[in-house]
Amino acid sequence: MRYIPNSPDERRSMLESIGYERIEQLFEQIPENVRSTEPLGIGPPVSEPDLLAYFRELASTNATDFQSFLGAGAYSHHIPVVIDPLISRSEFFTAYTPYQPELSQGTLQYIFEFQTMICQLTGMEVANASMYDGSTALSEAVLMASRVTRRNKFIIADSVHPQYREVVDAYTHNLGFEIDLVRCGQTGPLDLNSVRAGKDTAAIIVQSPNFFGCVEDLKAIADAAHEQGALLIVAVAEAMSFGALRSPGACGADIVVAEGQSFGIPLSYGGPYVGLFATLEKYIRQIPGRLVGETRDSNGRRGYVLTLSTREQHIRREKATSNICTNQGLFALMATIYLATMGRRGVQEVARQNLQKAHYAAEEIAKLDGFGLKFAAPFFNEFVVRTPERASEVARRLLDKKILGGIALETYYPELKDSLLVCVTEVAKREAIDRLVSALAG
Amino acid sequence: MANTPEELSYTKDHEWVRTKGEQATVGITDHAQQQLGDVVYVELPKVGDKFESGEPFGSVESVKAVSEIYMPLSGTVVEVNSTLNDAPEKVNEDPYGDGWMVVVQLGNASEVDALLTAAEYEDYIKEEASE
Repeated sequence: MRYIPNSPDERRSMLESIGYERIEQLFEQIPENVRSTEPLGIGPPVSEPDLLAYFRELASTNATDFQSFLGAGAYSHHIPVVIDPLISRSEFFTAYTPYQPELSQGTLQYIFEFQTMICQLTGMEVANASMYDGSTALSEAVLMASRVTRRNKFIIADSVHPQYREVVDAYTHNLGFEIDLVRCGQTGPLDLNSVRAGKDTAAIIVQSPNFFGCVEDLKAIADAAHEQGALLIVAVAEAMSFGALRSPGACGADIVVAEGQSFGIPLSYGGPYVGLFATLEKYIRQIPGRLVGETRDSNGRRGYVLTLSTREQHIRREKATSNICTNQGLFALMATIYLATMGRRGVQEVARQNLQKAHYAAEEIAKLDGFGLKFAAPFFNEFVVRTPERASEVARRLLDKKILGGIALETYYPELKDSLLVCVTEVAKREAIDRLVSALAG
Repeated sequence: MANTPEELSYTKDHEWVRTKGEQATVGITDHAQQQLGDVVYVELPKVGDKFESGEPFGSVESVKAVSEIYMPLSGTVVEVNSTLNDAPEKVNEDPYGDGWMVVVQLGNASEVDALLTAAEYEDYIKEEASE
């Protein structure tokens, strides 16, 4: 928005010309019971030095010296220092894909490179310019599967991130969709015997590695879905796992969505992050959001364009594939720089370190008296520990030793009272892991 | 000047209809394809889908826009021109022939009488152009 200065006189004359005396009269359309008449409770004026001192004191109560083993959708990874100075360049520093996009060839080029790398990671044929985050990307995948199959029944594993499932519910609540929840709290991975797919099923939705850290047998689930003409939607909350696992595309997934936070984006108390969205070329006209394509200009030189915009809301109005008409530009840029900096081998190396450290931690914890691993399935950097007492109690005790030791699954799965979800990434040093193990031992 | 074959019936949404007994073949007119420009994609319904007259049954995407296509007559789709999946340009090249879109089993054959004749349709597009 532009800065337009105006004086009290000008404001008065503007009000006069529309027949009002006071600014407050403009708000009279809003029902009185939702209008605030009380002054905001922010206290009396404070001098600037006092205010700064107050905030310094508040900041000093932040705990910065805790060792974290929390994952569950937000992962602590090393962020290369090159990212911040690059995204801060004025040419890049915007959250939006530009209007008159073709004027910004450099912006379109990095988005095109982002799409290319997301395709390579997911094993899919086409990726969009990004979504808000993993949960909204999953919701868009559900809507897209319904458009593609013209069916509206879904089967979703309850091992899909509980907050992702809530967002899916918010997106689809009034669309008359039927969403069957399959319980996985006792099995870990999805038990295909409890999946009742039929000719009216639009898609089977799983997360892999799932919320319990277990790697799903995507190939088998894809076959079960395709047998009924349904799609397989795979959500990935920990994108770093792409560096270690066979890609969902290679396993037969039709739509792959992911949370891209692991690629160079700070944890920031849970957001903003970036959603990744990839699918097969045959569904290209059903993709939500922006798509950048490479082309040639009239002189045969390489150029980039926003392509297939005719699906989008600003052209196709209420028939658009989605109400998202933008992307998470700045965060997609961070992920692009991260992936370009690390390269294929770098991402694989980070993934390998995650895998090894997490497995070391899991083995050591499983040796402790009364502790064990809840599930036998293969995992990446996250696993569920069976605790000898209530997991929430164990986690609370670890706090006293300045360790964020994991998430008590009881919060999301009331029946799993003895289950602690532990995540170990490459930033955890061996000494820190050993400290966690001995703290658990008591 | 757009071609408007005498033997067909037309709608104000620029679809043409060729009836044969209880069935009707539907496509978009030469005038419509000229207005749209190069067609790059045609989205069609499935065999067995039922539509009321006036309901959208698919869409035509050109490089400029996506436009709905409307069912001129109520009925059930019995045939779909799936060659348009790979060759949408047939809508431009041969709108009344290879560019046909669906064949419907008519639900109410008397609805045909409400369609425009070739002459009425030509008048209508002239009127539209002068507006």
